[in-house]
Amino acid sequence: MSVGIIMLVHTALGRAEQVARHWTRAGCPVVIHVDRNVPRKIYDAFVAGLSDVPTVLFSRRHSCEWGTWGLVAASQDAAEMMLEWFDDVRHVYLSSGSCLPLRPVEELVEYLAARPRTDFIESATTADVPWTVGGLDHERFTLRFPFSWRKHRYLFDKSVAVQRWLGYRRSVPHDIVPHMGSQWWCLTRQTLSAILQDPARPVYDRYFKQVWIPDESYFQTLARLYATRIESRSLTLSKFDFQGKPHIFYDDHLQLLRRSDCFVARKIWPHAERLYEAFLSDRDGVMNKTEPNPGKIDRIFARAVDRRTRGRAGLYMHSRFPNYGWENGVTATKYSVFQGFSELFQDFEPWLARATGAQVHGHLYGPDRAEFANGQSVINGALSDDALLRDNNPMGFLTNLIWNTRGERQCFQYGPRDTKKINWHMARDPNAQISVISGAWAVELFRSNANFADIRKEAAALQKIESRMLDELRSPDVKARIRIWTMAEFIEAPMEPLQIIIDEIGQKSLRRLAEAPLMQDLAGFGQFLQNLKNQGMHPYLMGDFPVDPLPRTPIGRPRKPYLVKK
Amino acid sequence: MGAWQSYRLRLQRQRWRIRAFRKRRELKPVALRHEQTRSSDIFVFSTQRNEGVRLPYFLKYYRDMGVNHFFFVDNDSTDGSLDYLARQDDVSVWSTRASYKRARFGVDWLNWLQMKYGHGHWTLVVDPDELFLYPFCDTRPLRALTDWLDASSIKSFSAMLLDMYPKGRIDAEPYQAGQNPIEIASWFDAGNYTISKNPRFGNLWIQGGPRARVFFPENPERAPALNKVPLVKWDRRYAYASSTHQLLPRGLNLVYDEWGGEKASGVLLHTKFLDTFTAKAEEEIERKQHYSGSKEYIAYAAGLRDNPELWCKWSEKYINWRQLEILGLMSKGNWA
Repeated sequence: MSVGIIMLVHTALGRAEQVARHWTRAGCPVVIHVDRNVPRKIYDAFVAGLSDVPTVLFSRRHSCEWGTWGLVAASQDAAEMMLEWFDDVRHVYLSSGSCLPLRPVEELVEYLAARPRTDFIESATTADVPWTVGGLDHERFTLRFPFSWRKHRYLFDKSVAVQRWLGYRRSVPHDIVPHMGSQWWCLTRQTLSAILQDPARPVYDRYFKQVWIPDESYFQTLARLYATRIESRSLTLSKFDFQGKPHIFYDDHLQLLRRSDCFVARKIWPHAERLYEAFLSDRDGVMNKTEPNPGKIDRIFARAVDRRTRGRAGLYMHSRFPNYGWENGVTATKYSVFQGFSELFQDFEPWLARATGAQVHGHLYGPDRAEFANGQSVINGALSDDALLRDNNPMGFLTNLIWNTRGERQCFQYGPRDTKKINWHMARDPNAQISVISGAWAVELFRSNANFADIRKEAAALQKIESRMLDELRSPDVKARIRIWTMAEFIEAPMEPLQIIIDEIGQKSLRRLAEAPLMQDLAGFGQFLQNLKNQGMHPYLMGDFPVDPLPRTPIGRPRKPYLVKK
Repeated sequence: MGAWQSYRLRLQRQRWRIRAFRKRRELKPVALRHEQTRSSDIFVFSTQRNEGVRLPYFLKYYRDMGVNHFFFVDNDSTDGSLDYLARQDDVSVWSTRASYKRARFGVDWLNWLQMKYGHGHWTLVVDPDELFLYPFCDTRPLRALTDWLDASSIKSFSAMLLDMYPKGRIDAEPYQAGQNPIEIASWFDAGNYTISKNPRFGNLWIQGGPRARVFFPENPERAPALNKVPLVKWDRRYAYASSTHQLLPRGLNLVYDEWGGEKASGVLLHTKFLDTFTAKAEEEIERKQHYSGSKEYIAYAAGLRDNPELWCKWSEKYINWRQLEILGLMSKGNWA
């Protein structure tokens, strides 16, 4: 008993000849169908080149346009020829000219001989397959397709739209249930002859001639009528990308293909010299009885599709520039923004670095320069601290920084003196953790040595800016993790919110914070705000401060704990 | 895009094509070997002036990649590079003494040659100091890429210009003919590129890298563009608009994905910053034949006099294309 190979060929005839010879050398008869679009002269030369092999036959030529009946007709004719001429064939294997056997042919013969009643054909009902491209799944079977998808795409789409609009449905022959699957099958003589010799075949043929991509459904559907045992998988390794075209294998896939233990792979690049050399040379050795295991190849190609459709989050480059809202991650990883903290606490930045182990920058969007951690002027990715370069594209600056420092948490200070344009981009970024102590900018004014008239002017300006920033942060469309305290609220119990923020950054152990950052001395701050009010400027963002100096209990000497003794 | 704008871009494209047609008279054939090419061949188109020292490696690099034929326009070279090119078996070369600037920095000349000889071929337009990299370029020839692009119905392939520079002074190590320039200029900036979209042509506008960092911090919007579309399945109706940064029809500029995915793309390693550069900058200021009065070169000359070091602590050393892929400077897309 042997395996008969049908090859559907349309290009790279030289490679097809090589593969055909390989099959016949191992005793498998081959029937080749050459696309009618191949010029006569080339076809004749191809036939003549194989004329020395008696077990290679050529079937009647059909013109095979993708998605049309021609491919099915070609397989039918070739299969009939195979069954008629080669009596000892038990399984018929449908392959293409760009298929390449990966394992010794004897192993395939052995494998199939051990499963004499099994048909290997991927076959699933339309409701259950995710891989239809172009939105036509069950409609493949219920609409008509008079126009070529390749040549007259517009008419094709229009005719589908019109039929949908009319609610047109053609009836499916009553005894079949449409199934779909890979067009590369391996069927037993029994099943195949039952399909080809069925008295109702003219009815089925007439029906499938008007089905879209019948080569993925004709045998897949009819095999369900006759097969005694269907293994719904293809023995041919063939991966498809997101547009429904097959992935191609190259020389550098050699080891991957070797380890896959698949019998046949498709589709091989015709110039992949090393692959053809490696797999078509007759290897001797022990018979390998392992099952095909394409898991690793599956993963590589699944990753490729994922990269093409979803991409790497937070990456902006010359072949990935998502439209607003389609970034699939505005930035690469999580980062924290602090507004008002370094104004309120003297040593906030070093303290934060100690508490979290993150990289803590100063005001990245400061008016003079980007204050990178440790006073660097250039940082990861050769990102410069130049304010003009940064403000030329503030969003690009942020996404670059976060992309360049993937793997290390970034924290930076922000405030109403900084570049304003970036505020909204951070607010809509789910990776941002923004904590604001509103009104804390006043501490710096309070401590400054400027004339009060200037202070008043600046306070008014900053308050206006920060109020607008807070409006943005409170908009319903924000995606960032945002917390806002007024300054009065915050200094009442500073440890609690700090603990929450640090926990959320979540880089260090779960211990409670042992040390607090040192708060600026706020004695007289209430009076300072009152002075501003007296000058006619109304500071409100910092909350209600009493005019008296604050009672500084939380930072002052803690009381001794009570000990209860019995 | 409205019909009106579409119509105007069409007119623009026709103007450039007519311009290229007129400029054909400036080109004097020196050695024509294009008749030996076949219909499936991949071509390189390039203009050059006094790049004799770079040409041996340039030709070798692209021959090894699988390019079948080179089309050169020699703009008044005085270093014997024209003779050198004319001696090569797979090079067709034209010479001209006309103004580089008035040929829109050589674009008109190449548009003409591509119109005449490039129709139906994959054409790669690169300068002698640009080395093209694409995914898997170490294991797959260029034809593997173009076959895959054909199968995917993709007509144009983008590559970002990546400025390479040496560690230390630019003129510290002299470059020898035939040497791989990456041996000297092996460093680059990995992550300081900013992108905006050009609404008219639909192309991206990328700026950054060492040139923006060192030479253009004062007016970053003047920094040179780094976006390029060098590899195109050429049709005689196409035209490059400004260098290889933009093409018409504008659909060819859509080499990037707008819905979150990544398209396959490459990189052009730009090895401008070798010891030859200082002399070149002086000469180009003299000739005023470059973009906007050679302003770029004036900035270079000024920058180079003060601080001839582009390298910084965070510069990245070039290893291979996979490194650039991981850094996000190019992408495999769905090619695996």
